[in-house]
Parts: sequence; C-alpha cells; structure tokens
Amino acid sequence: MTDDYETRKDRVARFMQALPHCRALNMTLVDIGPGEAVMSMPWDEKLVGDPATGVIHGGAVSSLMDSCGGTAVMVHPDGPGGTATLDLRIDYMRPATPGQTITARATCYHITRTVAFVRAVATDDDTERPVATASGAFTVTGAGA
Amino acid sequence: MRPRPEPVQVVKQRRDRALKALVENIPYVRFLNIHFERHGNELTAVLNFHDELIGNPALPAIHGGVTAAFLETSALIGLAWQNLWEKIETGAIDAEALSAETLPRMPKTIDFTVDYLRTGLPRDAYARARVNRSGRRYASVHVEAWQDDVTRPFAQATGHFLMPMPSPG
Repeated sequence: MTDDYETRKDRVARFMQALPHCRALNMTLVDIGPGEAVMSMPWDEKLVGDPATGVIHGGAVSSLMDSCGGTAVMVHPDGPGGTATLDLRIDYMRPATPGQTITARATCYHITRTVAFVRAVATDDDTERPVATASGAFTVTGAGA
Repeated sequence: MRPRPEPVQVVKQRRDRALKALVENIPYVRFLNIHFERHGNELTAVLNFHDELIGNPALPAIHGGVTAAFLETSALIGLAWQNLWEKIETGAIDAEALSAETLPRMPKTIDFTVDYLRTGLPRDAYARARVNRSGRRYASVHVEAWQDDVTRPFAQATGHFLMPMPSPG
C-alpha cells in the first residue's frame, strides 16, 4: 500500500475518533478503499438490547452502519466536503452472537453532485451469514477533495 | 348497578409497574438515556441529551445512528406496550407479578427505515409511535421524533416487526 493510502486512512480514523458517539461505541476504522469503508464495534454490556440473551440492540448496529456508510461516501474518489444521512433502511437477518465484534462493510456505489447511494453489510465472526444489511442515501455537500 | 371504579392509585400503580418491567433492565436504553412518559395508554419516549450522543461535533448534531436507535426503541416499546396494556387491563397478565422473567417476549425488528428530515440538535428529543397494523405474526409501526416543535419532526421511521409466538398451553 502506498503512503497516500496510509495517510488517508489515518486522517479518516482520526476524524472518526473525534466523533463522540463513535468513541462511546468503541468503533474503529479497519480499512478504506475508493468509496469503501470497513468499521468494527466490539461487543459491550452497555449495548445489550436483550438482557436475557446478551444480544446487542439493533440500534447500536444502526449506528455502526450509519457511520460506516457516511465514511464510504467521504472516501469516494469524487468525495464531497461533507455528508449527512438522508435515509437509511436496515434489514435484520439474525441476532449477532453475544461477545463477538460486529464488522460493517459499506460501499458508496454511486455518487452525483448532490446525492450518494450506499449499501452495507454487517457480520460477526461468522462472515458467511450477515447479521444485517443496509441501504441508504446520503447528502453531498461542500467542495470535492 | 355498575361496579365502583378502582381507586386511581391502584390503576396508576398497576400501569406504571407494567411499563417499568418493560423498559428497565435494557442496558442500551439506559446507555442512550431514554425514558418513557405515560398518559393513559399513550407513551412518549424522551431522549435526554448528553455529549456521548453527538455525531458531528462541528455543528454539533446528534449522531444519525442515535436517532435511528431512539426511533427503533420507541417503535419497539410502543408495540410491546400496546399488547401488554390489553393483557394487564383485562387481567390476562397480573401486573403485580410482572418481572423481566415473566414478561411476554419482545417483538423482533425485521426491517427499519429512517428518514432524516432535519439536523438533530444538541438537546432533548421526543418520539411517539403509532402501530398501523398488529397481526398475529407481523406488525407495522410508524414513529416520529421532534425536539422543540411537535409539528416539525426531525426524523421519522417505519419498521416491520415479528411478533413473539404465544407461549404454548
């Protein structure tokens, strides 16, 4: 990988660390590519939605998907200066296994001067069976990078 | 002759106890700092603002994921509450004996679609859910959230939920 890639990834990771909610959920940037982002969130007792099973609340998965989707937009080659979620649909396939880290992969597969379209998948250790998928539209604001 | 109505404290205590059993003990609801205000069977979810909810510190604005989680929690509890309400008011479930263990199982989210209408400002938010359909297996719930002006929601969502199977016997 080139220095450019490392510099860019560091910059995105630092930007994310400055977002209080991402920090509160211990989200980390795993990887970026052109219009792609991979982000993870470790299991945490405070994120549990069902105390009987220890399964993480769908809302925490939404937060990860939303952050990862926004990041995918920001690292698109035609990347905007800023972005915000317009709409986001999450489909929940199965409960995430308690204790396992959740990883989201988002792709910004189309971008115009005003709107970016994003798909995302979340998995736990069993990467063959998605925990959730998401699709959304994001705003495109500000000057390109 | 009509039987005398129950004393108001008895009615309130039963309903408040049932609501408490439904929402307490959910760690994520505590972490986001959501509580519910009840007027009769009507519920308003309240999201108390704190710094950990911020997504964009430059604006600052509430994180979109927090908004989604708040809406989903409001929809889910709203749906579960509607079903529980009937059961405690008809006496099918004894509210006195309700606990995390004896509570009917929660519905499960199938899908959830959020529309972001305005920036979530760094202050408290409120949400109300409307159950548009609640069948034996599936339910459809709409929910709106606002901050200062109830007529100007900052986000809305619709979700589909899988209803819990009735316990055998």
